[in-house]
Amino acid sequence: MTTGTRTHPSTGTRDRRRGGRSRRLAAVTLAVLGLAVLLVPLVARLDQSQVDLAAASLPPGLAHPFGTDELGRDVLLRVVYGLRVSLLVGLVAAAVSATVGTLVGLAAGTLGGTADRILMRVVDGFNSVPHLLFGIFIVALFSPGATAVVISVGVTHWMTAARIVRSEVLALRSRPFVDAAISAGSGRARIVLRHFLPHLAPHVALAAVLMVPHAVWHETALSFLGLGLPPHLASLGNMINDGARSLLSGDWWPSLFPGLFILLPTLAISTLAQGWRDRTDPRRRSELQL
Amino acid sequence: MIRALARMAVWRLVFAVPLLLAVTIGMFALAKASPFDPVRQYLGDRALTTSPEVAERIRANWGLDRPLAEQYLTWLGNLVRGDLGDSRSLHRPVAEVIGDRLGWTLLAVGCALVLMLAGSLVAGVLAAWRRGSWLDRAITGTAYANEAAPVFWTGLLVIWIFAVKLRWLPSGGLTDAAATTVEPGDVLRHMILPVVVLAFSQSSWLVLFVRESLIGALREDFVIGARARGLRERTVILRHALRSALLPFITLLGARVPELVTGAILVESVFSWPGVASASVQAALSADFPLLAALTLLATLAVLVGSLLADTAYVFADPRVRVLGVS
Repeated sequence: MTTGTRTHPSTGTRDRRRGGRSRRLAAVTLAVLGLAVLLVPLVARLDQSQVDLAAASLPPGLAHPFGTDELGRDVLLRVVYGLRVSLLVGLVAAAVSATVGTLVGLAAGTLGGTADRILMRVVDGFNSVPHLLFGIFIVALFSPGATAVVISVGVTHWMTAARIVRSEVLALRSRPFVDAAISAGSGRARIVLRHFLPHLAPHVALAAVLMVPHAVWHETALSFLGLGLPPHLASLGNMINDGARSLLSGDWWPSLFPGLFILLPTLAISTLAQGWRDRTDPRRRSELQL
Repeated sequence: MIRALARMAVWRLVFAVPLLLAVTIGMFALAKASPFDPVRQYLGDRALTTSPEVAERIRANWGLDRPLAEQYLTWLGNLVRGDLGDSRSLHRPVAEVIGDRLGWTLLAVGCALVLMLAGSLVAGVLAAWRRGSWLDRAITGTAYANEAAPVFWTGLLVIWIFAVKLRWLPSGGLTDAAATTVEPGDVLRHMILPVVVLAFSQSSWLVLFVRESLIGALREDFVIGARARGLRERTVILRHALRSALLPFITLLGARVPELVTGAILVESVFSWPGVASASVQAALSADFPLLAALTLLATLAVLVGSLLADTAYVFADPRVRVLGVS
């Protein structure tokens, strides 16, 4: 990357100020969405799956701010439930792929040599099969459902975490405290557990957080194609899939709002993560904007 | 230079063969671990009325009763000879299905690539040139939002606006439902929306990349030199800064083939475009292993070819590599 890190003083400050504002906005958005996802199902006496054919396909209005779908279910309520399901699946899947990636990266970085080379070729191999297609393949051959979706995300998304962890381990290996630990008689296991892992934790955490939008995206895409979560479950992808059918008769709201609720948290999470990385490593600022 | 290129291609091939083999083994293992019984799948509702002997005969016919390694080798042998097997959901040879559909996918993806390159270059250059202006903010903001928006959702919005509300363009398919022949004009009309959506959905990283690296290049000494010599702003940006800013993008483009495949799968499904990418979804929905396996292999091949092409293009684009060879 040839991009320099010098910024014009005035534009630099302006960018920073704007960055601060959008980060605050992102934090507020995430907080509101998070509260809605956690609290609404506890508070609301309404049932998102309640069918009311008398109120079918109503456009957004006072009674139903996001309108109702072709079965008369409230879109706003379903979006909140859908976000809850999608986020839950996304969080679990991100945790799974971060764990797998950490284990592979640790193994590659610590063992080194042939093991490292083989593991990195495996990473390359997994990267050269398009993720969604691989995911489709896995879901198709095992009965579709939440477990299949989580496995499919886990299998297709661990490589980034593995690369990050490996390069961190390689950097850590040459640090003096590791030499000190070895000369004090620590074995490999102790070094990995007591010395590497605490240093890796923030990197893995960030990678996992950044994985969540990807995982949500993956789940939504699979559900949209009819290969994800069971159709009766209100997930964002299923809702867009349902909404696509009524779209041709002119009802835009059952598919617009679920999509918006994928877009908002994704933007918010990446804005926050970007801000966090900018702060911790200003040199990567330019890279991050890609 | 030719020799360097050939050496690179050979090395790539040396790495590609084991990779493709690994992919086939992985796919085969997954298929064998699958709880689905392909014979039942194939029979569908008829499974209840088919006698067990007939089912056994189908099983024997497909060689499903032989040891795993033998099944794999037979399958691989057929694959190498170009016999991809029969699609169990479409009841036609897989090679025929792919042959029918590949052209449509290549047409749509090719047009989308060209449109994406042209559009992103213009948008990225404008944003970098007018950095900090409302135009820059609009372009960058759109790019970030586009990156976060699922492409099938964008596709649906576009269908709603242009096909349902404005009625300018058809909402999907290859030709009008009533058409009996494939007319170029008709296909063109049906192609516009999917191609634009695919191009748009793939463009955000490139717009941001062009903007970022052009801003970086504009700070370089040779640009200051060009300006000091009194060259026109247009010449400075397009002939001097952009040329050096674009070099890494060739490699990046090659590395984006997986995303392109993903985009094609979703866009073809949304617009019912009869390409290979949407066929993979149909194959998956009916657990059609031969078709799905062939398509996965095809996509992997596309990824490998993409990165090889990118590296080849790099040799031509970078005079240092051209003169000194591939490092």
